[in-house]
Amino acid sequence: MSRRDEQAAVPFTKNMIGAAVERREDYRLLTGHGKFLDDLDMPDTLEAAFLRSSFGHARILGIDTSAALAVPGVVAVFTGEDLRPMMKPMPAKVAHPDLQEIARLPMALDAVHYVGEPVAVVIATNRYIAEDALDLIDVDYQELPAISSTAAALAPDAPLAHEGARDNIAVHVTQRAGDPDAAFASAPHVLSETFTVTRGGGHSMECRAVAARLDTVTGQLVVWDSTQAPHYARNALANLYDMREDDIRLIAPADVGGGFGPKAQFYGEEAVVPWVAMQLRKPVKWIEDRRENFISTMMERTQTHRVKVAFDDDGMLLALRDVFEHDQGAYVAGLQVPMITLSTVPGPYKIPNIHTELFSCYTNMVPTSSVRGAGRPQAVAAMERMMDRVAEYLGMDPAELRRRNLIQPDEFPYKVGLMFRDGSPLTYDSGNYPELLSGVVERIDYDGWRRRQAELRTQGRLIGIGIACYVEGCGLGPYEGAKARLTNSGEVLVTLAAAPQGQGYETVYAQIASDAMGLDMEHIRVTTGDTGRIPFGQGTFASRITATAGPAVLQACQALRARIFTTAAVMLKIEGDNFVFRGDRVCLAEDESIGATLREITQVANIGKHGITLLRGVPAGLETQAYFAPERAAYASGAHAVVVEVDPETGRATVLKYVIGHDCGTVINPLLVDGQVLGGFGAGIGNAMYEEQFYDESAQPQTTSYLDFSLPSSMEVPPVTLFHVQSPSPLNPLGAKGAGEGGTIPAPAAIANAVEDALRPFGARINEIPVTPPRIVAAIAGRTTARQMS
Amino acid sequence: MQPDVHDGIDGQVLRVIVNGKEHRGVTEARTTLADFLRRELALTGTHLGCEHGVCGACTVLVNGSAVRSCLMLAVQADGAEVETVEGLADGNELSPLQEAFHRNHALQCGFCTGGFLMSITAALREGPVETEEEAREVLSGNICRCTGYAGMIKAVLETSEQAHGTKAAS
Amino acid sequence: MKPPRFTYHAPATVDEATAVLTEHAEDAKVLAGGQSLIPLLSFRLAAPEHLVDINRLPGLDQIERTGQGWRIPALVRQRAAERSPELAAGVPLLAEALRHVAHPQIRNRGTVCGSLAHGDSSAELPSVMVALDARMSVASANGVRQVGADDFFQFHLTTAIEPHELLLAVEFDEPGPRTFGAFQEFALRRGDFCLAGTAVTATFDADGSVERCRVVAAGVAPTPLRLTAVEELATGSELDAATLVAAQEVACREVSPLGDARADAAYRRQLLSVLVRRALGAVREKRENSDAA
Repeated sequence: MSRRDEQAAVPFTKNMIGAAVERREDYRLLTGHGKFLDDLDMPDTLEAAFLRSSFGHARILGIDTSAALAVPGVVAVFTGEDLRPMMKPMPAKVAHPDLQEIARLPMALDAVHYVGEPVAVVIATNRYIAEDALDLIDVDYQELPAISSTAAALAPDAPLAHEGARDNIAVHVTQRAGDPDAAFASAPHVLSETFTVTRGGGHSMECRAVAARLDTVTGQLVVWDSTQAPHYARNALANLYDMREDDIRLIAPADVGGGFGPKAQFYGEEAVVPWVAMQLRKPVKWIEDRRENFISTMMERTQTHRVKVAFDDDGMLLALRDVFEHDQGAYVAGLQVPMITLSTVPGPYKIPNIHTELFSCYTNMVPTSSVRGAGRPQAVAAMERMMDRVAEYLGMDPAELRRRNLIQPDEFPYKVGLMFRDGSPLTYDSGNYPELLSGVVERIDYDGWRRRQAELRTQGRLIGIGIACYVEGCGLGPYEGAKARLTNSGEVLVTLAAAPQGQGYETVYAQIASDAMGLDMEHIRVTTGDTGRIPFGQGTFASRITATAGPAVLQACQALRARIFTTAAVMLKIEGDNFVFRGDRVCLAEDESIGATLREITQVANIGKHGITLLRGVPAGLETQAYFAPERAAYASGAHAVVVEVDPETGRATVLKYVIGHDCGTVINPLLVDGQVLGGFGAGIGNAMYEEQFYDESAQPQTTSYLDFSLPSSMEVPPVTLFHVQSPSPLNPLGAKGAGEGGTIPAPAAIANAVEDALRPFGARINEIPVTPPRIVAAIAGRTTARQMS
Repeated sequence: MQPDVHDGIDGQVLRVIVNGKEHRGVTEARTTLADFLRRELALTGTHLGCEHGVCGACTVLVNGSAVRSCLMLAVQADGAEVETVEGLADGNELSPLQEAFHRNHALQCGFCTGGFLMSITAALREGPVETEEEAREVLSGNICRCTGYAGMIKAVLETSEQAHGTKAAS
Repeated sequence: MKPPRFTYHAPATVDEATAVLTEHAEDAKVLAGGQSLIPLLSFRLAAPEHLVDINRLPGLDQIERTGQGWRIPALVRQRAAERSPELAAGVPLLAEALRHVAHPQIRNRGTVCGSLAHGDSSAELPSVMVALDARMSVASANGVRQVGADDFFQFHLTTAIEPHELLLAVEFDEPGPRTFGAFQEFALRRGDFCLAGTAVTATFDADGSVERCRVVAAGVAPTPLRLTAVEELATGSELDAATLVAAQEVACREVSPLGDARADAAYRRQLLSVLVRRALGAVREKRENSDAA
């Protein structure tokens, strides 16, 4: 048997896995005692404020900080020049051999390339004073032409977003399966369309934050960082500062107020603040405010998809071609978003010939990077909008068209023919797409609403039904790790490298540990996100932690259980390992009066007796660790169905009913999984109908506060009927997949499909997402809106 | 925490009763009530999500009314009674609203939670909340990015039923 | 996003307040509810050297009846106005509009006069006060002067209030039994500033035709905009279906809103005209219901 098979074969109970356990985190959060970074008591800490570029593209001719330095309470001011010793490029998180990589420095040096780029930092006794000083810094800019869209980036003779670059293309990547050219040439029917999808930022309620203190005695730099990826950030700092990784301890606070992707990246501010703390030999913290968050925290912006599908008279898909432009922003912080889009387009359908092609463009706006969904909503929109167009063309019901083309449950593992962003051939592990589709169709009362739609049309009311299906790569490698230790007080401490932002790790991983060990949850505690406690980790993103850290916790705890039982056997002079846990005791299964407490066990195996030989057979030190490296990504899936009514005079689209079918494999805690799906749905509604960040032609941000950018409130998020399908993944012993993004991914496509369906009497086309009232009215009038014209 | 009063700058004296306890302080006039609570009084349960009055994470009660503490100067609360999230529990015992949040998984990251609890507390003092639509209205002045509001709606309706004895319409 | 430094004044009387404003004029701003001003300070879009906090001025926080109508002094919170049963009964248009202003948490601090002094044409109260033909009492060290609502709003965020003055109260007559009003607005999200809105009042004569009316548009011009062509068309009519359709067309031609990336000009124009038609329809319906009652 392979090592993996051995591990998979160790059975574990399922008392806690699958249970709707209420969260341990809640008490402190409900009583105002959360441990968010700015809530932590850090006495004598100086505060930083960053001066940011007010131009999309400009040379910096000089910076005068003298007036700022003179403000009482200002301790220091640093410009890029002052930070030269630590100014090294921060490499892209996800790269590509053909990438035209342009160095992204922690702070601008000779030029700025987006509004919001850090140009100087003020350190003062408090933030109020630091901001006073910012107003007094004088920067001499020489403005240059700025690129404000992918169309502008790709135009012939376009100015360069970066002086000295070859062009404005970061990378051009093509993926093919089968022979799409031949398939298109011979297909009975071909349809084309151009779709644009614009998404916004993550807009977690807590903005970014980082604090640092140099322990002058040990020489260790301690950094608190509201990051989704503590080890990634720590490694980046070690590289930038030329320090050993152990001399930097990076801790994500126990409470981080939402992540959603933007906090999984590494930013210049995270490099500058600890550096400054080391130079000043004083603790420094930077708490991003919302104005900064709007212009300098990474977001997703616009993709433009030119989609073509070939199909036959029965609606069977023969070929798919999608050439799309992705706005990468001024730097490539990582290529994950467009690379995910590239391989997500085919979705749950059998398509023998595929051509997906990416033009990732440099523009003079803040770099784009993952926001919940991470490139999948755009891909799903392109595919699902085309499915509806094909159905309309053939006069076929859109649900039926999808039914005919879905990958069937007996066809797994299913090789799509493309590569996924994790470097392995895109292979769907498990799923039941037909059950998801039929489930939403039934629960939305699809036939009933089609009848009502026809009736109400005669009364002049516009009802539309939309469906969207998707497949979501998740549970990405390379690995995640966990340690398990029986502490001196007899408590099992599970240490995760991963850092949470509300996903309930302290609860969920205690559940998994409990089942792995057969030990009551009350004797298990979970700690997270501290590079000082566990050396290796990757981070919370791409809905990966349940599928990777979960198995790691499982394996580490099973190994710890074995060590504890071995110790007990020696202590009690018993052969074999037929032990169980009862409360805080280890005892014989067949005679529970024979046993030892966990504290007694730690006394023997951990603490020992000074100078006395350890009992033979006792494994010294009850700590284990496990790193789980999945063979490849797992694939969650789902379907959304929605009924809308459109008021053609105002363009208001109102959701009348919304159904979500969700498959994330084994559900560890149903309360939390539902929370993830419904929370993701809130973000999906935002993407579908409300959230849009605008830049003008000189790449000046136009949406810079919540007065011009709308996040959905309880009035905008409709109620949802949610059901689950569980197709366990064969790729990890828990059978788990990811649950963080399924509520978001297909929502924009479903809403767009429903609105266009409602407007079918007008023949109006919905080609832009978000689907806003002005776009709806323009579509009815056959007008193009500003974005389509640029 | 660093003092907000600096050499040569006049400070404003204020007296404010927070969660039933009187506090006297000196602060710059420009210090917001939110920052005064967080920095001077170390009551960090009130959070800053936007500092322009939209997200509601900073909501506290001033003389019984729910307000954005980021849109009040601390000096404007001189002589006022302020209630923050730290005052909702009775010792170790969570209030019915807090329990309802916990039971219904109405919080995930928890950053917005304090503001919601205060907005809801004010609303429930005014009267019952009996339908899902009314609950959504009560919640509409605060933003959450994690939960999609589903658990909160249940929490509001359950707490209202408990407090007002009227059965919520399903 | 921390406010810049300012010298803080908390006058105890109106005279003290106007004295400070006279001394510092352009360098001073009045702080009442703060719901519009403090965000400007936090964004550092405004950095007045002097802030005059009028919240301690006595006797300005009660809604008053006057002989012919109502007087809302400077410190009446929007929420108090919204929840006054007498005001709701006497001036239903105002109560209707107040429910659209932001959220209760904002209305708990924001004042009716503060919204008027801020002068944002996308806000609800300015257009309502023009529809009510209100009169603003503007105080200075020289005394109090009256400015009619039609003249009060001059440009984006600019009113007739001079730097040395403060808005002391707003007054309007109680609409009579034959006068009905309606408020319509359209915002992307609940509580947002509207993309277009309208406040309408109409007084009917005994046979059911419009004797006089005011049709005011919000959010489509630098100030609340009287749609006089619509008013002319509506006057003398019974606001029948044909008139409403015609009014919509006239309204469409009468406004020239600016568009932006979020909402183009053609959309705002159409939206406004639809809201005008719906508001006029609502007014007719109210009159019909009142006749039936």
